[in-house]
Amino acid sequence: MTIQAIEPTEAIAPTEAEGVSEGVAKPRYKLAMYWASACGGCDVAVLNLGMKLIEFTERWEPVFWPAAMDAKRQDVRAMEDGEIDVCLFDGGIRTDEDAEMAHLLRAKSKVLVAFGSCAGEGCIPGLANQRSIEHVFAAAYDPELNDVNGGLPNGPWESPYGELELPTLSVRLRTLGQVVDVDYSVPGCPPETERIAEVLGAVTAALDGTGPLPPKGAVLGAGNSTVCDECKRERGVKHITEFKRIQTLAEIDPTLCLLEQGLPCCGPATRDGCGAKCPAAGAPCIGCYGATQGVNDFGARLLSAYASVVDASEPEDIERILAGLPDTVGQFYRFSLAASLLHGGRS
Amino acid sequence: MTAPVTTTQTPTPGPVGEPFEPLILGFTCNWCSYRAADLAGTARTKYPHNVRLIRLMCSGRMEPEFILEGFAKGADAVIMTGCWPEDCHYRIQSVKALRRFLFLRRTLSDLGIEPARLQRFYASAAEGQRFADEIARIVAEVRALGPIQPEIRVALDGHPVAPAPAAEPVEVEA
Repeated sequence: MTIQAIEPTEAIAPTEAEGVSEGVAKPRYKLAMYWASACGGCDVAVLNLGMKLIEFTERWEPVFWPAAMDAKRQDVRAMEDGEIDVCLFDGGIRTDEDAEMAHLLRAKSKVLVAFGSCAGEGCIPGLANQRSIEHVFAAAYDPELNDVNGGLPNGPWESPYGELELPTLSVRLRTLGQVVDVDYSVPGCPPETERIAEVLGAVTAALDGTGPLPPKGAVLGAGNSTVCDECKRERGVKHITEFKRIQTLAEIDPTLCLLEQGLPCCGPATRDGCGAKCPAAGAPCIGCYGATQGVNDFGARLLSAYASVVDASEPEDIERILAGLPDTVGQFYRFSLAASLLHGGRS
Repeated sequence: MTAPVTTTQTPTPGPVGEPFEPLILGFTCNWCSYRAADLAGTARTKYPHNVRLIRLMCSGRMEPEFILEGFAKGADAVIMTGCWPEDCHYRIQSVKALRRFLFLRRTLSDLGIEPARLQRFYASAAEGQRFADEIARIVAEVRALGPIQPEIRVALDGHPVAPAPAAEPVEVEA
């Protein structure tokens, strides 16, 4: 991993080294990665490539990656438009700084990828769209402990050292695609590291001209089916008479479908690609790979799937089973509220 | 039974001061509730014009996504109609639609959208009068509820609620 920023292409000079061995100099592409309103897990997932990342840096030159190297916003501003070959953008757009960086990196990048669940569909930070900014601040900050700006870290304030400015929260979290034009998306919270390796390999091949260029808007690093298709558990005809919470179960059948056992598993609506690791470990799928192909609203598809297997026909029985899901929005839209058709409902 | 609706305008959340005319999306099933609507029409039964009917083969075809899309496109309320459960042309699909309705109504309510904005009733092919009565009842209920709040409408339209900052002036710093 190079720690130098902006102009290390010749310094590392892998093109010449490779050119000698293969006779043709392979170009080295410029990669940027940025985190907006995110936890940093996506960046860690990329760093988890380990030795593979070192191999990738032979073909990829990181020019801007706040999580891993020292480069500043003005370095990006100084670039030509389209100078970055591929930008992996993770995190949702919740502050004016996020939006500014989204517009800036869109202008400077040939290919902009919504990387991870936050950029793609809002993820956990998007759940705050259910509430007003005032409610979010009241939940997160105590004015008695913070004596600046009435306790709220929002906008400019006069410090002893001059005026300082923190990014301002916007009313809602938006996905990257709701703010700027996005070329591809890679789902997952975070994307599985082996999938990232595949994506980087495929993008390298596409830029080299030795592989197909995916159509604009394609979802990379995932399948077109559901997690259920990848899951090794046995599936039968489901008759759900009660939704259970995992912490209340004495034991979990190691081979039977979790939904059949009454655990609210998101597998039926979730895009495959993760390898169904959670159900394999005995935990229900929580839907981090987002809606599967052809589905516009994850929650609508999932609640439809649940409603089909609920074993009740009288309204009061159905309501009783439904009461087993104490937080419907959290269950049906845990990762996708900001991208849902209702964008988070009424705040 | 007939709510007195005299205007012929397209129902819209009109300007302040004018009576609010809700825009309501109604899904009907081919075998019962659509026939009921048809019967109401041939019998010249009057009912409010606020509802736009869409025919499906069965209320079991009703995907929750259709309803959310209806709200997203500006409906003030959505009605799911179908066969009485014991009469369903496709046996148990009307019951499945009932389950989806209850699941979706709870979810919408948790999202801050009034449960009364999603309605369900049954009407057999012979119940044209019942169909008209139910529509009139629902229109009155939604009219009393008022339009979906303006800020929601903006959000539902897909436009950002908070204005996006002006495109970053891209200047090369020397």
